[in-house]
Amino acid sequence: MSIEAPPSLPATQPGKKVGLLRQVLKNPVGLASLLVLVGFGLIALIGGLIAPFDPNAADPYAVLADPGDGSLLGRDNAGRDILSRLLVATQISIGAAIVALITALVIGVIGGLYAGYYKGWLDITFSWLTGLTMALPGIIVLLAARAVVGPSVWWAMFIFGILMSPSFFRLVYASVSSVREELYVDAARVAGLSDTRIIGRHILGVVRAPIIIQSAMILAIAIAIQSGLEFLGIGDSNTPTWGSMLKDGFDVMYRKPINMLWPSVAIGLTTVALALLANVMRDALERTAVRVRRPRRSRAGAPAEVPVREVTTLTHEDDERSAGRQGEVLLDVRDLHVGYDQPDGSITRVVHGVDLTIRRGEVHGLIGESGSGKSQTSFSVLGLLPTGGRVVSGSIHFEGTDLVTSSDRARAAVRGKKIAYIPQEPMSNLDPSFTIGSQLTEPLRRTLALDRKAAEARALELLARVGIPDPARTFAAYPHQISGGMAQRVLIAGAVSSDPDLLIADEPTTALDVTIQAEVLDLIRELQEDGDMAVLLVTHNFGVVADLCDRVSVMKDGLIVETGPVRSIFSSPQHEYTRMLLDAMLDEDGPVREPLTSGGQS
Amino acid sequence: MLSFLGRRLGSGVVLVFAITTLAYLLLYLGSGDIARRILGQTASQEQVAAKASELGLDRPIWVQYADWLSGAVTGDLGRSWFTGQLVIDGVTTRLGVTLSLVIGATVITAIVSAALGVWAALAGGWVDRTIQFLTVLGMAIPGFLIAVGLVLVLAIQLGWFNATGYVGFTSSPPGWARSVTLPVVALAVGGASAVTQQIRGAVVDELERDYVRTLRSRGLPASSVVFKHALRNASGPALAVLNVQFVGMLGGAVIVEQVFQMPGLGQLAVGATTQGDIPIVMGLVVATAIIVILVNLLIDIAQGIINPKVRLA
Repeated sequence: MSIEAPPSLPATQPGKKVGLLRQVLKNPVGLASLLVLVGFGLIALIGGLIAPFDPNAADPYAVLADPGDGSLLGRDNAGRDILSRLLVATQISIGAAIVALITALVIGVIGGLYAGYYKGWLDITFSWLTGLTMALPGIIVLLAARAVVGPSVWWAMFIFGILMSPSFFRLVYASVSSVREELYVDAARVAGLSDTRIIGRHILGVVRAPIIIQSAMILAIAIAIQSGLEFLGIGDSNTPTWGSMLKDGFDVMYRKPINMLWPSVAIGLTTVALALLANVMRDALERTAVRVRRPRRSRAGAPAEVPVREVTTLTHEDDERSAGRQGEVLLDVRDLHVGYDQPDGSITRVVHGVDLTIRRGEVHGLIGESGSGKSQTSFSVLGLLPTGGRVVSGSIHFEGTDLVTSSDRARAAVRGKKIAYIPQEPMSNLDPSFTIGSQLTEPLRRTLALDRKAAEARALELLARVGIPDPARTFAAYPHQISGGMAQRVLIAGAVSSDPDLLIADEPTTALDVTIQAEVLDLIRELQEDGDMAVLLVTHNFGVVADLCDRVSVMKDGLIVETGPVRSIFSSPQHEYTRMLLDAMLDEDGPVREPLTSGGQS
Repeated sequence: MLSFLGRRLGSGVVLVFAITTLAYLLLYLGSGDIARRILGQTASQEQVAAKASELGLDRPIWVQYADWLSGAVTGDLGRSWFTGQLVIDGVTTRLGVTLSLVIGATVITAIVSAALGVWAALAGGWVDRTIQFLTVLGMAIPGFLIAVGLVLVLAIQLGWFNATGYVGFTSSPPGWARSVTLPVVALAVGGASAVTQQIRGAVVDELERDYVRTLRSRGLPASSVVFKHALRNASGPALAVLNVQFVGMLGGAVIVEQVFQMPGLGQLAVGATTQGDIPIVMGLVVATAIIVILVNLLIDIAQGIINPKVRLA
């Protein structure tokens, strides 16, 4: 259902009324811009009629005369009435810019529709035209054309319109290419609608708003370049334009600088108003597009509001296995509330009072479905909630210090040194522009103050430790040169590089092949036992929990509903949701191994 | 990387060839009776014919073009029809002025937009909104209008800078710097605005990426994550925009030079186009196309240095 939108201009949902004009009118900047443009448009329509003098009638006795004698704005260096020239120039400058716009629209839109709908040689022609316009500044082309077609501003703007047509072509072509594969277009075709009707009704509807925005920008560019060209003094002196009037004023800058003011204001106001209008329209369009996308984004980005439900956590008594983990409390999360600030000042809450205790050396599973708040809880511990998210209330004590109230500096000192993190998706968690080696050594040098040599040696050692067959080669490789399984091992190596006390693993195997999942879990277990790390294992898979964990907490709707030793939870789940998750495990193909047995023996 | 650059250079040469061919045909076929235009309406038919044969205009167009092209590849772009000056000399003596402005404006654009873009992305709130608003204005107002305003206020009202004229770098570096400051600023406003918008958006996007969280989880300070990692990944698309802006500034320089009365390509272009001095116009087209292609190539190399996927392709 998503539509491939051309860069920066989101396409709207077909058939959806955007109400672009209404949104523009509601915005003060949009309204002001529109009023300015309507004003200039009116002058352009009637300017020639209300001009008090012939704009080209020179009066040698009134050269550079001050305002008066019927000339409201005075006279220029040839004794011509500035107001009359300005009125006529508005007509010509805007008219010529519209010639450029219409030329670009006709060529670009028709070409884009045709090439996008039928494919073929047209898109090659246009990509060449784009290449040409990219390789030669427009003003140079217009200057060259001036040598052939003469000083007419109309011709210049017609040629400029051809040069600008690829921008419309790309817009329409991209939309059409994706829309024509859409089901509703197929349906229309099956229903027997002609191609012309389909293009007119379904495809133009999608690109209409982006075309309007692009048109405003093209008009601004056309006015700017036309004025520049005319400012060079190569235009027809009997055709007043803003650019040529500015040139006339510039020539008498020392004697009568005020003469430059009027054409400057006209050029500046129209271009700025057009640009602001385009900007307001684009913002309005993006807001609409975002609103449509929201439901899909809620999983990856800022989460959706989770309704509060008062539930008391069901706690199981320790059994002999978990009783072995009765050491010092490492992490103690109390009544944690996490929320996202909304533009309207309200807070969307996603975690509603989580309690979580992890002892030194304990492997603690945090299980729940997507959106239950597992990741939000672990990001809070790391102090790395996504933009807009924050701990609203509650405490996170780590080794006795409350991370919520401590300074950024104190939190940063814990991060990476004492609390480490293994992400879910290996490839996107490596910086594509740096080698694996530099991404491992940079934190080592920062947090452990190792020198370059020592950091390198340690990184190679770590790569070997996590089971990478050729550490030196991987060290020198870029992320895109290694496999997902390798990348996850690299990330694990990075996480344990500073011998952390707590390792937060956020679904560390979800993105991996089933065969590699078991290997990675084994690796995490080995590292945990070697370093006696505590692990907070976030997962939605009870098989993984059974495999690795001492204790488990079940999360639902931003709350922990049941917590206790793994065995006890497995043998006698109390909460209905826990039972449901356990039942689901039987259908799921988790890591290939028996649940319980290996965990129970250790 | 080498084969990649080779391909890009190859397509650049093809593009220059295509542009010059197209320009030549349009200029020569579109100009009508060139000899008559040069000599004016009073010249006799014989004089016109003699002039046409003197300039070689009585030959078929493809012969003329082949002749021009074989000269062009050796650096001979013919002579001006009006002054008899070698086109290549006319172009090269003025190229330095224009390039001073455009390169200066590009460097300033890169520095200013990186600073403003990152600032807006990090600060958010009213700083972000102000910078975004200013960049919309900066992109909209034509550079020559800014140039006119600068001349009027700073140079004439306050007398801070040389209002007009150009001082060669070799004759006086400080004088050169003073003479190019205002035009460079006028040119850079638009470019810097466009690139700032791009960098702001890209940095905002990069900071939301997973690898940023992972790097921060390893204890890297925000400064390293932003300036070393996020900015580097954001600079690929920013360079592409800078490339487009360079072309725009090259065109803008032609007009801005006229505001400051600098003897650059703009001066040559205005003279040649009003007279219809086609060989000079052709020379300008060739020179700008080559400059743009070379800059494209430099940007490609920079992309390769920044992005290992390009480099290793």
